[in-house]
Amino acid sequence: MRMEIYRSWVGARVLTGIIGVLILSSAVGQLRVEIRRGVERPVPMAIVPFSWEGSGVEAPFDVAGLISADLGQSGRFQPMDLRDMVSRPSLPEDVSFQDWRIVEVDYLVIGRVIEDVPDRYTVIFQLFNVLRGEEILGFRLTTTGTELRRDSHRISDMIFESLTGIRGVFGTRIAYVTERQEGTEQQFRLIVSDADGANALEVARSSEPLMSPSWSPDGRKLAYVSFEGAQSSVYVQTLRTGARDRVSARAGINGAPVFSPDGRKLVLTLSRDQGNVDIYMLDLTTQVLIRLTRHLAIDTEAVWAPDGESIFFTSDRAGGPQIYNVPARPGARAQRVTFEGSYNARPRVSPSGDRLAVVHEDRGNYRIALVDPDTGLTQVLSDGRSDESPSFAPNGALIIYATQENGRGVLASVSVDGRIHRQIASVAGQVREPVWSPFPRS
Amino acid sequence: MIRSLMTLLSLGVVLAGCGGNSATVPSSTAASGPGSSSPGGGGSAGATTTGIGGPGGLGAFQELPGEGDGPLSGLVVYFDFDRSEIRSDFNEMLAAHGDYLASNSNVQVRLEGHTDERGSREYNIGLGEQRAQSVRRVLLLQGVSTGQLGTVSYGEERPAVLGSNEESNSLNRRVELVYP
Repeated sequence: MRMEIYRSWVGARVLTGIIGVLILSSAVGQLRVEIRRGVERPVPMAIVPFSWEGSGVEAPFDVAGLISADLGQSGRFQPMDLRDMVSRPSLPEDVSFQDWRIVEVDYLVIGRVIEDVPDRYTVIFQLFNVLRGEEILGFRLTTTGTELRRDSHRISDMIFESLTGIRGVFGTRIAYVTERQEGTEQQFRLIVSDADGANALEVARSSEPLMSPSWSPDGRKLAYVSFEGAQSSVYVQTLRTGARDRVSARAGINGAPVFSPDGRKLVLTLSRDQGNVDIYMLDLTTQVLIRLTRHLAIDTEAVWAPDGESIFFTSDRAGGPQIYNVPARPGARAQRVTFEGSYNARPRVSPSGDRLAVVHEDRGNYRIALVDPDTGLTQVLSDGRSDESPSFAPNGALIIYATQENGRGVLASVSVDGRIHRQIASVAGQVREPVWSPFPRS
Repeated sequence: MIRSLMTLLSLGVVLAGCGGNSATVPSSTAASGPGSSSPGGGGSAGATTTGIGGPGGLGAFQELPGEGDGPLSGLVVYFDFDRSEIRSDFNEMLAAHGDYLASNSNVQVRLEGHTDERGSREYNIGLGEQRAQSVRRVLLLQGVSTGQLGTVSYGEERPAVLGSNEESNSLNRRVELVYP
């Protein structure tokens, strides 16, 4: 693609993108992340505003500002206030470590944004260990105006992983459901946004309930339940185009769809057999439907183990909801997994498969708990009254979930060690059923 | 509960045998009686003209569901927490609906199952479905045909009452009988 065409195409796309976001953001509503409780001593660091070399007064995007927000919102780092910065180096040779030791920061990030040609930028950054006076990390990357935000998140990921050993999730997305009174009607929306709440876009909207979004493993599709037409159906929608297939509209319940790890199947809940609520597996290519549970009890909320060989699900066959596991083939027997407490439901599996996040009743409150599927050992993580819908971040270090704050549905997250609690508030309406995307494939 | 059902059923049978083949009900059926022409004439015309009175209070005008103050006026069945069994205080109401539907085979009803807000959403879809199925089974026992009954579960997604206390919760654990 020649440079001139590329430039005007990107320009038009940027303008459309901005207008699109402006139109939608008032109805969709931005999410805001707040730390409720962080680690005892978040690591102090300084992220110096990057220098700008190009036309115009300032860079088209505040890269350092986004990195600072990402690392600060993780709860593990305390970015330094800009007003306290004595100097603002952008080149390694201009760094005087003594300046930074005096203000007691452990790490320093500096960088530059350079305009190569209009709308083509080079971003250079370095990460330093202040105490040792050493560079830890240094990278340069080329990007465009529309990609600057995404690439700033990638820089945050690199810094985060370098300092914690944990892969960052700043470049991932979440999907969630909102409900808002508009005139005389309730409006339900399915939204996809960046993990920090930015770039919220409406994927589906209905005056009937929308529920249970599930990401395909390639991050390109969402399966969800819609009650349009006054019955429940499962849809699979391609995000880029908005086109969707109705993959199950059988008599009775069509619910709780979850993609298999290879993306080729859905596990879902149907009640087509005389109203019995059971779990089935649907091959999306062949349309072959296989029944996985056959029980008078409610069997629902199935999710795949990461190896694709078995399913965890909720069943009340023992009198109240508990978590069970069944191999993903017909005729297999289910084994009970949870034994602590009288209510365990809505399992989700960590990416490594070694833990389940469940909704667990704890002294009259519904809270998110971690369960070891081998031993049944249960550890309560959250502290609300009606916490629900847990979802692991793809790095397995965080769980996002839905809760209530002052009677309003909001999102929250907790680190799997229970130390970091964050609230993610919405401007408009009730927010619920968050589900974390896989790592982006690029 | 079975005994009272049997009593009601046999009462219904006795009434039908009286030849008081009901007069009318909802506007769609043409009343045949003196002064009106019944299409197709002849046959059982004579048996259709009476329709006033008869034992059991089934008078000339049959009550519509949701109206009046008899057992047919109630349109909602309520449930205990995490349960889908029909409580005995709803037997009379469901018997009246069953009777009405069995007598009017062209009438359909949608049984919409709901739960309170506690617990996970899809589990509550399942619980709402079990509640709707409980009501459906009771109505089938009364002679209602399967084609007249539709079910759907909304779980906790469509509460009747907003609120997180037990009073609100108890009003949301329900099956609604929705007539067109």
